[in-house]
Amino acid sequence: MNILRDSLVIARRNTIRIRRVPDVMVFVLIQPLMFVVLFAYVFGGSIDIPGSSYREFLMAGIFTQTVVFGATFTGAGLAEDLQKGLINRFRSLPMSPYAVVAGRTASDVIYNVLSIAMMSIAGLAVGWRIRSSVLDALIGYALLLFFSYAFSWVMACIGLAVRTPEVVNNASFMVLFPLTFIANTFVPSDNLPAVFRTIAEWNPVSALTHAARVHFGNIPASAPEPTAWPIQNSTMYTLAWAIGLILVFAPIAARSYQRAGAR
Amino acid sequence: MSTASRDSSIIAHNLVKKYGSVTALDGLNLEVRAGTVLGLLGPNGAGKTTAVSILTTLVKPTSGSATVAGIDVLANPHEVRKRIGLSGQYAAVDEHLTATENLEMIGRLYGMNRRGAKTRAQELIERFRLTEAADRPLKTFSGGMRRRIDLAGALIADPPVLFLDEPTTGLDPVSRGELWDVIRDRVAQGTTVLLTTQYLEEADQLANQIVVIDHGRSIAEGTADELKRRIGGEHLDVHIERQDQFELTETILKGVASGPLRAHSGDGAFSAPVKNGVHALSQVLRELEAKNVAIIDIGLRRPTLDDVFVELTGHAAEESSNA
Repeated sequence: MNILRDSLVIARRNTIRIRRVPDVMVFVLIQPLMFVVLFAYVFGGSIDIPGSSYREFLMAGIFTQTVVFGATFTGAGLAEDLQKGLINRFRSLPMSPYAVVAGRTASDVIYNVLSIAMMSIAGLAVGWRIRSSVLDALIGYALLLFFSYAFSWVMACIGLAVRTPEVVNNASFMVLFPLTFIANTFVPSDNLPAVFRTIAEWNPVSALTHAARVHFGNIPASAPEPTAWPIQNSTMYTLAWAIGLILVFAPIAARSYQRAGAR
Repeated sequence: MSTASRDSSIIAHNLVKKYGSVTALDGLNLEVRAGTVLGLLGPNGAGKTTAVSILTTLVKPTSGSATVAGIDVLANPHEVRKRIGLSGQYAAVDEHLTATENLEMIGRLYGMNRRGAKTRAQELIERFRLTEAADRPLKTFSGGMRRRIDLAGALIADPPVLFLDEPTTGLDPVSRGELWDVIRDRVAQGTTVLLTTQYLEEADQLANQIVVIDHGRSIAEGTADELKRRIGGEHLDVHIERQDQFELTETILKGVASGPLRAHSGDGAFSAPVKNGVHALSQVLRELEAKNVAIIDIGLRRPTLDDVFVELTGHAAEESSNA
């Protein structure tokens, strides 16, 4: 069996679908745009970020939230394949048990690239700027994409477990909202109540958001040094989480795949 | 190796599959000789799909063993997958892809190289008369068309063993006939086929050997002719108008019936298995008219799966559909 070739065949099939089902694109592109505008103009006036503007602070948070939510496409896509009987077809073929999920997580990166591009344009329009080097900015984008790629393996497991795309969306929102809100995404975590603050500090979403702010140069010189270890080492902490998620969830996904769909 | 690659038989031994307290398969034995077609006939819930799922490596049995093309299904599922094609009741094709894209994808996943998959996909598209779907997404096409593409997908790597799970359920007679032709063509080339169906006629048309299953176990087997002889040739259905002539009619029909008579006193309907249909029809008609029985309808029909079940199990087919 050839995991790479099989995954590419599946990824190619998914990219054809991305082109043929443009409705999904509307959500991929419009939703982040909506968030940028809503947060920038609704919260922007009331939240004060010392030494910086809220919009400057906000953008990394929106990036993170969007790419983490973007992982639901992976779960929904696999649940749809399961529902339509395609997983049964694939399972009867002499292909790698990793390929269907690996191809899906790989092709879903396209959604995140597109929504990040859209958000960047919207951010620039409302006054966000990248104040670091090109290389730094690229590292920031790469971190966002890598973390969301890793996170999509978690969603893959959910998609193969719950079996219908609608349930994937509902089930994952219950995880994704706390995950992206009990964090430093939209407000500084310093202001949270003690327990929430600790959760926020160790939440990988906070580390990713902080790392993105650092790499985009969105942290003002006057900002206080972070005290929590995961935030101080945000890039490393984010990478460790991403690699950890793949190592833990890829085998789980492969096993659920091998048991999925059969009657 | 050479014996494994030439042997295209399917053997299932004492397969049991339990889902919680529900027993889907209850000790099923099957043997399909290389190059022949076995029809697995039974109602919904009889265990047909479970049997196919186990033999195609999708489900592990609770107990029992099976070999496909000489390879142990449980010990070596990956090798089995290289040698089988599966086409299901629900056309498992990607509706956003064209026929060509679907077939090439499946070919590639069988391990064919890009050119091989392309050539073979073209061949099948021509042979299955799918040219109009070749370059258009499948969601615009009928169920029959999708089913043909699903079947073409099962054939793309030219597997020696083919599993067809209710390939024509829900199709119109024309599409059904077309699929039968494709399957016959395949069999003529030496492919071993396990076919599940709810239709006696389909098993009759395609299968060398038929196994009738109910509640997860085999209740009868034989050739189509053998089974039909057991079932009785034809059925004489009579529908009368008046309640008070029910017993009279029943007596007359018992005189010609070759097996148990089914009668429904509420709506005055009878169904009797008969050996010589035309003769029985005219005799019954004469006797009913002589006694002035008011007939709404009378006619001969070929045996249905329901009749098989009443004959073989003493209960109607739909009664086991909750399994």
